[in-house]
Amino acid sequence: MEFFRIKNDIPFMRHALVFNIISLITFILAVVFLVTKGLHLSIEFTGGTLLEVSYATAPDVEKVRNRLLQDGFLDPQVQNFGSSRDLLIRVPLTKDSDTAKVSDRVMVSLNAVGDSNPPQLKRVEFVGPQVGKELASDGAMALLLVVIGIVIYLAIRFEWRFAISAIIANLHDVVIILGFFAFFQWEFSLPVLAAVLAVLGYSVNESVVVFDRVRETFKKKRGLTTPQVLNYAITSTISRTIITHGCTQMMVTSMLIFGGAALHYFALALTIGICFGIYSSVLVASPLVMWLGVSREHFIKPKKEKEEAVV
Amino acid sequence: MNRYPLWINILVAVALALGLLYTLPNFYGEAPAVQVSSVKATVKIDNALFGRVEDTLKAAGITHDGVFTDPNSIRVRFKDGDIQLKAKDAIEKALNPVVADASYSVALNLLSSSPLWLTNLHALPMYLGLDLRGGVHFLLQVDMKGALTKRLDATSADVRSLLRDKNLRHAGIGREGMTLVIKFRETETRDKARGVIGDVQPDLIFTESQDGADFKLVGKLSPAAEKRIQEYALKQNITTLHNRINELGVAEPVIQQQGADRIVVQLPGVQDTSKAKDILGRTATLEVRMVDDENSANATVMSQAAAGQPPLGTEYYTERGGRPLLVKKQVVLTGERLTDAQPGFDNQTQEPAVHLTLDSAGARIFKEVTRDNVGKRMSILLIEKGKGEVVTAPVIRSEIGGGRVQISGRMSTIEANDIALLLRAGSLAAPMDIIEERTIGPSLGAENIQKGFHSTLGGFAAIAVFMSLYYLLFGFVSVLALASNVMLLFALLSMLQATLTLPGIAAIALTLGMAIDSNVLINERIREELRNGESPQAAIFAGYERAFGTILDSNVTTLIAGVALLIFGSGPIRGFAVVHCLGILTSIFSSVVVSRALINLIYGSRRKVDKLSIGQVWKPGVQAK
Repeated sequence: MEFFRIKNDIPFMRHALVFNIISLITFILAVVFLVTKGLHLSIEFTGGTLLEVSYATAPDVEKVRNRLLQDGFLDPQVQNFGSSRDLLIRVPLTKDSDTAKVSDRVMVSLNAVGDSNPPQLKRVEFVGPQVGKELASDGAMALLLVVIGIVIYLAIRFEWRFAISAIIANLHDVVIILGFFAFFQWEFSLPVLAAVLAVLGYSVNESVVVFDRVRETFKKKRGLTTPQVLNYAITSTISRTIITHGCTQMMVTSMLIFGGAALHYFALALTIGICFGIYSSVLVASPLVMWLGVSREHFIKPKKEKEEAVV
Repeated sequence: MNRYPLWINILVAVALALGLLYTLPNFYGEAPAVQVSSVKATVKIDNALFGRVEDTLKAAGITHDGVFTDPNSIRVRFKDGDIQLKAKDAIEKALNPVVADASYSVALNLLSSSPLWLTNLHALPMYLGLDLRGGVHFLLQVDMKGALTKRLDATSADVRSLLRDKNLRHAGIGREGMTLVIKFRETETRDKARGVIGDVQPDLIFTESQDGADFKLVGKLSPAAEKRIQEYALKQNITTLHNRINELGVAEPVIQQQGADRIVVQLPGVQDTSKAKDILGRTATLEVRMVDDENSANATVMSQAAAGQPPLGTEYYTERGGRPLLVKKQVVLTGERLTDAQPGFDNQTQEPAVHLTLDSAGARIFKEVTRDNVGKRMSILLIEKGKGEVVTAPVIRSEIGGGRVQISGRMSTIEANDIALLLRAGSLAAPMDIIEERTIGPSLGAENIQKGFHSTLGGFAAIAVFMSLYYLLFGFVSVLALASNVMLLFALLSMLQATLTLPGIAAIALTLGMAIDSNVLINERIREELRNGESPQAAIFAGYERAFGTILDSNVTTLIAGVALLIFGSGPIRGFAVVHCLGILTSIFSSVVVSRALINLIYGSRRKVDKLSIGQVWKPGVQAK
């Protein structure tokens, strides 16, 4: 079995401009959504209290919400989680000094709603305001560290042009994932942040494989123009790219199916990251390398004069 | 010819064997157990206790599956939950005949049911995080400023008595913000005082200033002292938490410092969070202060105080169930001087009471104060969450020596019990707040394990089927390599006793999905070499050699992301990052070395190989340039 029977190199670079324009548009759209809608941050970042409760029979969500409002909780969010019998309740932080006790008070209210249908507490999360801010800044620091680390590594192993193109291409992935989360108002939690960063490392991977081939081709084959080299490199690695990503996606799909609500957004972020990762690391990074003007000379080291042996 | 030198083959064999050995304990599951640990510093876990536990079980006719000891606890394993509960009751009754004065905590726990020889090899199962086993997680923030002000308050009392001893007249001592201000009428006294105080209080840095007719001496804690006090406060709070949690009887609590001013508390298996929170969150400390009797009797002063303007140096309180009174800010004694607190009853009135025992310094201070203030009132305050409550404010009838004090004042038996517990478990050196809480029910934990396991298994199966179909034998070898990767990762996590969480399981799945990349790279490269007309053996060689550089590069970039997460991640992210980073390392080994060893085993020693079982290798009619 072989999926890819490619006779000639596919002229990817002929359409380089088109790909870059598509990327630019999706990127701008993602930024627009991020700015206008913003991310729906989980309580880990915003602070607040979250309760997951389970009932024997499906409770009336509206009734629960009203009861909470009546008991003085400001803006409580009540929604089904996984099944109609499970509820997820979020209570934002209040100026109240005794925030740590909110979960107990919510349970009192919940118990007051359904006397014959008592809720069972499955999970409580409470995050104070200090922690949330720190998590957000730590996340940003982690992202920065990844970007700097990868740029330095690629610049040493390859060339600064490669490093810059790879990181631009993959940051564009990150922004697009965030754009999706903003557009659909999916919950952006810590595991999602981990997924985003893991995907960043993973798709840079992709660019590395192509760049490796580019370098090898530059060294081995003479007389090819830069676009030809890029076309050749992409064509000869495309089969591996698709298969690898396919395999990773199989795993992620399995998480989407079996992982339940706890892993849902994590897997979703990975899915978007993997799909856009293929596209961007191949079709965005390579044209960028070309625009930045990479050429054969960058890889052929000038022959060093042999040092005279000092006796 | 593709053969590995013997040492690499041996290395692979040893790595896989060790991997299998250390993965094993994870498959045995857990058995119910009862854990006995000491709650008093004077009561030690020893062989005598070991014998007592065994005898108790024998007497009750309960069979167990093994008794294990470590320096801090004795654990007994049982067949099922019913026996476990029975055994707990029996042991509890035998070891703690008086419930109010328990020397041991007897808690329900789970123990790995792996055989003894594995345990002796230190092959232990992975530690499951709270999201997988259920329990409570708290992050507590220590109020460091509180620790410093508390220290300054104590220092001001010391300075006051010092100046009195030396017969140096001052015009007032008090804490203003984070400084200690001492006022004097004339400069000579100030200079003398400065020398005297400086000798005794090396932690204070003094500056002099003048305010009208007053000459002031302003003391500030030196940065080194501040640091020391804060470190001490944190340590003291951790110790206190340990004591309190022991009283709760939790099986394997985790109490750790996080950062400079935070403490993580994890209580696996605890479901009653409000009780746990109550015990942890209550930052009760005891303070003994004098009552300002003169002003408390003055109606106009009292009405002003009620409106929020109490006379200088006093605070306005209401006695529990009684009248309002003014209490001097100066602290005579704090809970730190307390060695024991027990609930009981007042000998004369039969009211519920708490009996306190003071240490020698505390007893001496108490004696002096009561001797000097006969006929005056003394208040005993319980400070919780920064708010004080006057439990009782009795009149001092005579000097009280011997360091035994009794608090009684309109409290119920339960209240007396609670107060005694809080005081006995030690006072906190600085107040704390819960800034993060996570509670996971036990059913949710089991659900999470199941979901994580199914996701990984499903993905692995899909990848295995696809790889075997697409790359035939080479694909199958890749799958074996991937399986060895899982095993090695599990073994490594078990050896390091890392904590496995749900994000950790997700990381295992994701790492597997990514690890297959290396094998795809190798297999594709071998096909390509074949396509270019290389002989099978040469293709295998070139495939592995050439792909290695790419594999290394791509794994390093992934690792950079993993390390960044490890450095900046906390909580769930950390669990993810640890597994992710370790998984990348094991995947390099298994996908390159293990798979090559297998391929070498299959093809390496054959003299002539006509065809590789790597699936169809399609050759274009025109050779690509």
